[in-house]
Amino acid sequence: MATGITILDPTNESKPATRHTLSRPTSISGLTIGLLDISKPRGNLFLNRIEELLTERGAKVLRFSKPTFTKPAPVDLRQEIATQCNLVIEALAD
Amino acid sequence: MSSVAPVLPDGFVVIVKRECATCQMVDPVLKDIAGLTVYTQDDPTFPESVSAIHDSDLAVSWHNNIDTVPTLIKVVNGKEVDRTFGWLASDWQRITEIPELGTDLPAMRPGCGSMSVDPDIVDKLRAKFTDSPVIARTVEFSDAEDEFEAMYARGWTDGFPVIPPTRERVLRMLTGTTRHPQDVIAIAPPDLVELTVEKIAINAVMAGCLPEYMPWVIAALEAVCNDQFNMHGVLATTMPVGPVIICNGPGTRAIGMNSGINAFGQGNRANNTIGRAVQLTIRNVGGGRPGEVDRATHGNPGKISFCFAEDEVGSPFTSLATERGVPLGQNAVTVFAGEGPRCVVDQLARTPEELTNSFVACLQTVHHPKLVIGFDAILTISPDHGRVFAEAGWSREKLIAELTERSMTPGADLVRGAREMAEGIPPHLRDATLPKFRPGGILLTFAGGGAGLFSSIVAGWANGAIGSDPVTRVVGS
Repeated sequence: MATGITILDPTNESKPATRHTLSRPTSISGLTIGLLDISKPRGNLFLNRIEELLTERGAKVLRFSKPTFTKPAPVDLRQEIATQCNLVIEALAD
Repeated sequence: MSSVAPVLPDGFVVIVKRECATCQMVDPVLKDIAGLTVYTQDDPTFPESVSAIHDSDLAVSWHNNIDTVPTLIKVVNGKEVDRTFGWLASDWQRITEIPELGTDLPAMRPGCGSMSVDPDIVDKLRAKFTDSPVIARTVEFSDAEDEFEAMYARGWTDGFPVIPPTRERVLRMLTGTTRHPQDVIAIAPPDLVELTVEKIAINAVMAGCLPEYMPWVIAALEAVCNDQFNMHGVLATTMPVGPVIICNGPGTRAIGMNSGINAFGQGNRANNTIGRAVQLTIRNVGGGRPGEVDRATHGNPGKISFCFAEDEVGSPFTSLATERGVPLGQNAVTVFAGEGPRCVVDQLARTPEELTNSFVACLQTVHHPKLVIGFDAILTISPDHGRVFAEAGWSREKLIAELTERSMTPGADLVRGAREMAEGIPPHLRDATLPKFRPGGILLTFAGGGAGLFSSIVAGWANGAIGSDPVTRVVGS
């Protein structure tokens, strides 16, 4: 639900105003998948199991964690994930 | 988003607010006016001598152009026939036809500002009540989004932050022009889309313009979006050029443009935001972005904004606009496809001939000392250099003629391979003698701070039909 500021589109409006999510990959085999632990307690247990399942399916898994679950991921961390991974799974456990 | 103007009841109408001391002063006399309707802006329990209608959304005040409270209006058959504002006893007595009205009050007290013109809310009221044909798609950001980051992420900026173009801000920007928001002023390259006044206003808000800059931004966009200036080519070229905007006329002083110290540089709002608005419009409406249609090898920082005014008051020469046919006293913009400015140092010349020789030596290097005729240039003369010509009585025409004559070079020195440089003009011109610039190829301007024996050169892009010609447009309203 958008409740922020509303502005007038400065463009020629040839592109859609909303951005769509990328299409899902047909296979995860061979892809690098980032697992982002938001640093809630026991998130690591959940992600350990996810890592096992993804690895069984041929994916390479890289692990990341946010410094704290109370704040958005730092720009550097987002950049690191974006440059190293094809896909990312952000996991919450508590 | 608009509203129908409320019809005022026949008889007398008074608009007041409690916060106004003059309104409080006239409160007791209101009960003496028969057939009176009172609208109160702030406190529905005010005035105390008569009951009032609360103009809570300020619709009555807005639609009736109330600038001052109290305002007294006489209404006959639904039409206003007379009004006065503040307290001027004689006016109130004349309009109400009650000679003894308020005779115990002072003869005159000025009123207070109406809430409907409060700078903090006037833009919201304009957005709410104006039946404005603003039709741009709206984009809503989520409350988790930082709108400045979101606008950057959408590719709408030149790399610097932009002002969020809210409906309120865009409507305020549109007050700077008499043009209808849906007037199409040009076909914007490279996407060749209709460029409306509304879209310009949106980008002008983002650039940081004030409403009074709008006619200048519109004129500059009219000037660049045509075959003669060839904005598409200026974008697409690998050369480092962008539109350089030279402003002329008394309006440059009215909007506070800088033609003096640091005229090409930072710090002046009009100079910097007019040029920026033009570039943001080309980027966002036209679709011209670096790495896409814009293929510049290096570009130059002036592609963010390069806009200045000529110092017509201090100039010993006729202005560039006058030279290009604009009647004296009219405002105009001239656009030139140019790169960044470079400095001409000559602190020793005391005669116009010596100084002209220095100008020529530096102008010869425009893009390459062995390439002639194909590129134009702006030559901006400073006050200290201008004095040398003024004292010798040299006119614009004389200076241009001398620059041209003194730049004449034998073709043998310019042809490809000559002077051990491969670059040069075609070999068949070996026997010609050629000036550096084509006729009209030097745009002589006058600007700069009062100290410094320096002038400035802005080199252009390929000129003529294959490239870009300078274009001058009168600034409208």
